[in-house]
Amino acid sequence: MTVLKSALDVGAADFAAKRDAMLAKLAEVDAEHAKTIGGGGTQYVTRHHKRGKLLPRERIELLLDPDSPFLELSPLAAWGSDYPVGASLVTGIGVVEGVECLITANDPTVRGGASNPWTLKKAFRASDIAYQNRLPTINLVESGGADLPSQKEIFIPGGRMFRDLTRASAAGIPTVALVFGNSTAGGAYVPGMSDHVVMVKERAKVFLGGPPLVKMATGEESDDESLGGAEMHSRTSGLADYFALDEPDALRLGRQIVRRLHWRKAGPAPAADYDEPLHDAEDLLGIVPPDLKTPFDPREVIARLVDGSEFDEFKPLYGSSLVTGWAQLHGYPVGILANARGVLFSEESQKAAQFIQLANACGNGTGTPLIFLHNTTGYMVGAEYEQAGIIKHGAMMINAVSNSKVPHLSIMMGASYGAGNYGMCGRAYDPRFLFAWPSAKSAVMGPQQLAGVLSIVMRQGAAAKGLSYDEEGDQAMRAAVEGQIEAESLPMFLSGRLYDDGVIDPRDTRTVLGMCLSAIHTAPVQGTAYDGAGFGVFRM
Amino acid sequence: MINRLLAANRGEIARRVFHACRSLGVSTVAVYSDPDAASPHTAEADVSARLPGATPGETYLRGELLIEAARATGADAIHPGYGFLSENAEFAQAVLDAGLTWVGPSPKAIESMGSKIEAKRLMADAGVPVLGELSSDAVTADDLPVLIKASAGGGGRGMRIVRDLADLPKQLEAARAEAQSAFGDETVFCEPYVANGRHIEVQILADQHGEVWALGERECSIQRRHQKVVEEAPSPLVSDTMRTELCEAAIAAAKAIGYVGAGTVEFLADESGRFSGRRAGEPDHRFWFLEMNTRLQVEHPVTECVTGVDLVAWQLRIAEGAALPPDPPSFTGHAIEVRLYAEDPAHDWQPQAGTLHRFHVPGVNAEFAIPPGGSGLRLDSGVVDGSVLSTHYDPMLAKLIAWAPTRAEAARRLATALAGARVHGVVTNRDLLARVLRHPAFLAGETDTGFFDRHDLATLAAPLADPEAEKLSALAAALADAAANQDHAARRSGAPVLGRLPSGWRNVPSQPQRKRYRVGDRQVEVRYRLTRDGLAAEGFDGVRLLASAPDQAVLEVGGVTRTFAVAAYPDMVCADSALGPVTLRPEPRFVDPAEQVAEGSLLAPMPGTVTAVHVAEGDQVEAGAPLLVLEAMKMQHPINAAEAGVLASLHVSVGSAVDAGSVLAVVESQEEP
Repeated sequence: MTVLKSALDVGAADFAAKRDAMLAKLAEVDAEHAKTIGGGGTQYVTRHHKRGKLLPRERIELLLDPDSPFLELSPLAAWGSDYPVGASLVTGIGVVEGVECLITANDPTVRGGASNPWTLKKAFRASDIAYQNRLPTINLVESGGADLPSQKEIFIPGGRMFRDLTRASAAGIPTVALVFGNSTAGGAYVPGMSDHVVMVKERAKVFLGGPPLVKMATGEESDDESLGGAEMHSRTSGLADYFALDEPDALRLGRQIVRRLHWRKAGPAPAADYDEPLHDAEDLLGIVPPDLKTPFDPREVIARLVDGSEFDEFKPLYGSSLVTGWAQLHGYPVGILANARGVLFSEESQKAAQFIQLANACGNGTGTPLIFLHNTTGYMVGAEYEQAGIIKHGAMMINAVSNSKVPHLSIMMGASYGAGNYGMCGRAYDPRFLFAWPSAKSAVMGPQQLAGVLSIVMRQGAAAKGLSYDEEGDQAMRAAVEGQIEAESLPMFLSGRLYDDGVIDPRDTRTVLGMCLSAIHTAPVQGTAYDGAGFGVFRM
Repeated sequence: MINRLLAANRGEIARRVFHACRSLGVSTVAVYSDPDAASPHTAEADVSARLPGATPGETYLRGELLIEAARATGADAIHPGYGFLSENAEFAQAVLDAGLTWVGPSPKAIESMGSKIEAKRLMADAGVPVLGELSSDAVTADDLPVLIKASAGGGGRGMRIVRDLADLPKQLEAARAEAQSAFGDETVFCEPYVANGRHIEVQILADQHGEVWALGERECSIQRRHQKVVEEAPSPLVSDTMRTELCEAAIAAAKAIGYVGAGTVEFLADESGRFSGRRAGEPDHRFWFLEMNTRLQVEHPVTECVTGVDLVAWQLRIAEGAALPPDPPSFTGHAIEVRLYAEDPAHDWQPQAGTLHRFHVPGVNAEFAIPPGGSGLRLDSGVVDGSVLSTHYDPMLAKLIAWAPTRAEAARRLATALAGARVHGVVTNRDLLARVLRHPAFLAGETDTGFFDRHDLATLAAPLADPEAEKLSALAAALADAAANQDHAARRSGAPVLGRLPSGWRNVPSQPQRKRYRVGDRQVEVRYRLTRDGLAAEGFDGVRLLASAPDQAVLEVGGVTRTFAVAAYPDMVCADSALGPVTLRPEPRFVDPAEQVAEGSLLAPMPGTVTAVHVAEGDQVEAGAPLLVLEAMKMQHPINAAEAGVLASLHVSVGSAVDAGSVLAVVESQEEP
């Protein structure tokens, strides 16, 4: 076992400057989180409370085991869009009766909890997480249905919501719906497709068509209670399994349902006891430089994430721009791939491909989960490297990442540019979870590079047409493009588009990874070598 | 020689007797009722014999069963302890007739002192001062207040004070009924009631050879419901001259009836001057013979401490025929005893039943014995952790005795030990006792029987912990609970990680953890978050959490480090600290509708038996109207309507046995039209 030593000088001015920059970015993220928490604003929150109703996060708090952790997912969904931050839905992983569950809760203070395109994306992401990790799902339902003006974006894809519920059920993953209010029209299929349904007395409203629609369709006079009240569904239609007297009672029943699921974790159990890292997580604020052109040693990060700061490096002398090695995090064995000097060369690519194969062969079939710590500017370019086969070697790494069967976790610490994002298991490569630090940036390439490339291309185009190039216009164009790309490569923007699962405080990284690993191990964990059908590990 | 002794008693006194037996090498036999099967006195005897049943009438009062138990276990002597059959001459005779050694005075001596009327006459004849007795028919307004006493009684049972002549017939009737049920003899008598009297008693030890020791006096004036709570030796009231007179009177009393063994002559001393018969040259304080207790007293340890005499061991030796040395011992220091009761002084001394989860007194130097070294703390306890307090017996848990060179020091030692004791599970008089021992009037020696009336019982019974201490204790309880939840999660198979993460961690924090407790009649909600920067609790600005564990929370409050020992039980959390003990009842996060009781429900305050029902379903009842009577802990508890309305349902009938919290009846209040 190798215990990592830290060379970080926490007294240095450089450290303080990095820390200050990180804290400033964190404050911005906190301000956005506050908007999410604020829901539809004071007026709607007050009205909701006056009706004797709880806010989505209040419902979740009451549902969770006391003092247990809760990892909220996609809190910045819809950031930068026309819809309120948070997308009128709260999702996350929390512990109910000792069982890690995927919890979702509509925020009825935001436009009645209506679903917009971002609500859908967020909900789909949550159901993917539940499905992949076999987490029982608890939906706290109170939604006015589809946001009608944007129906074209949601009606057709939205059907997936109900499909996912019943597919989860088919896969043996329990689904629980606690209906606190409106759940009408298509929304009625949320309780409709759930395994366990609780409805709140005089609050739940579950019908395909409300009184006006019924009147229009058949001329029948009706009311909410007879069409879809909790009492009716509990006594007459049988759509509700449990009749809750009030909101807390519904949450009590939800907990009772989960207790009787007898849910067992199918993945291997972690070590029962382990050491905390030797170095202070607080220092993680002062490692990433504000300007990502300056590389940093990811071992300083690893030393603050893994148990006992113990890290056994694989091929430390080969392809040293990528650090690979074995460690344990909150008792779970992990393999770590971390960019050291940004660029990925052929050696780094081959080393990564070999390492990923080895991780799949570990643990007598279970494999070892992989953590990707991003700070890459991409694969090396240039004639020398192209001729040496950088594409082939990069492809090996991307092939390995794509077909690896062990769970992957990605943390965007700094840069994640170009195909480096793919090779390091970016969003498109389905890591089980992906979180970003406020210092992260991700795009096809750096803003200056992108603007410069555009400028060269345009200049060449002008030359080809024999036109003179507008240098002043070029300046303005480059500035505008740089500004746009910079803005679009920032974590809040990407988080808003659901390209990550949230922006986290670097100091929380070990906690977040611990929760993720624990959630992941609810499902069986298997490497590619599980059934012996593939090849042996290729030495590259 | 006694080889094997049966203690015809239970609880701490049985344990006290066994302790003396062990020191003399005498083998021990316990008897136990069904509720006492697992009690400490049963467990620590060499042999034990079951007395089937629960009530004293079925068990400890059954002389024939006790003698049979002695035969069956090979015991050759019986010690009656106090209470039960200790002053029953018939039983003493039966023991002797069975050929066993009776550790106590002769049946004749018991009999002559058993009748209070007879005893007073005997004492008057022997020249011992006595209070004039009043015939119950001849009481006039001038005699008021008067005290009605059961002739065969003791321990305050059946005593009633009458301040209004109109009440006399009713009170006499009630006293006779109570005397009949408690002692099998309905004879009662009246005597002038000395409102602020001082209860002073002299310990006697007499051998079979005519030697009588008077081992000084004990003062037992602080009483509630005519039962002693604080006892001490010597009395702060008694001067050397008065002591000599008291001892002489006591020796005269003992000699008058040829007394053998340990006994106590009780006197009432008066400071009020109502009895104006004082003659010139007489001491300031007059005293009158009250009664003689022909047995060991509950409060014997204070005499043992100051005299160095093991009274129980001497009881045994005297029963074996040993002679007392010619010179009685001298007195050293001051000893104070408190009786720790499972009772609620703030609610009419209501006795408490239930499980005593924890019982620990810090700094105890000796149990059932005189502390070595001339001073110290002594504990005579009938209970241990987990003891179940039954409704059938006296609710005394233990006696705690401090012995020190001075009275003030003894009081301080005792108060500190009480305040620091861990007593979990039932309400006790512990806080009251600590407050009494620290009260300026007590420290000044002003300890008459009216102490609780004069010094405002509500103030004395107030918890040692003030509201601020209760708030901090609730916070400590919540934080210890958080640590316990972490611990529990860390031990959960498959996901220990969750218990290793920061408690209540949130990446998007929106609100605090909430825990609600009931402290007495108040509800306290603790709202807190454990953040990267430490504890953030609403209303606790500047309070830092230094450490927490499932059984502890260490807080820094205003620069002072405060350690709270926290013990969580299924129905309560007990937080002990230097700020005072606090019992918190966690309020459930959720209420199962099935467990909710209808509004207007009257719940049984304690387990017991319904002895009377005054109403029927559908009856209109007034607020405060008596609905039924619950008998528990030897007392009759009226259950009254909390508000006016209609008796919607009645869940019990006469004879129903109910648990604490059972719904007895439901009164539906009537809305004003």
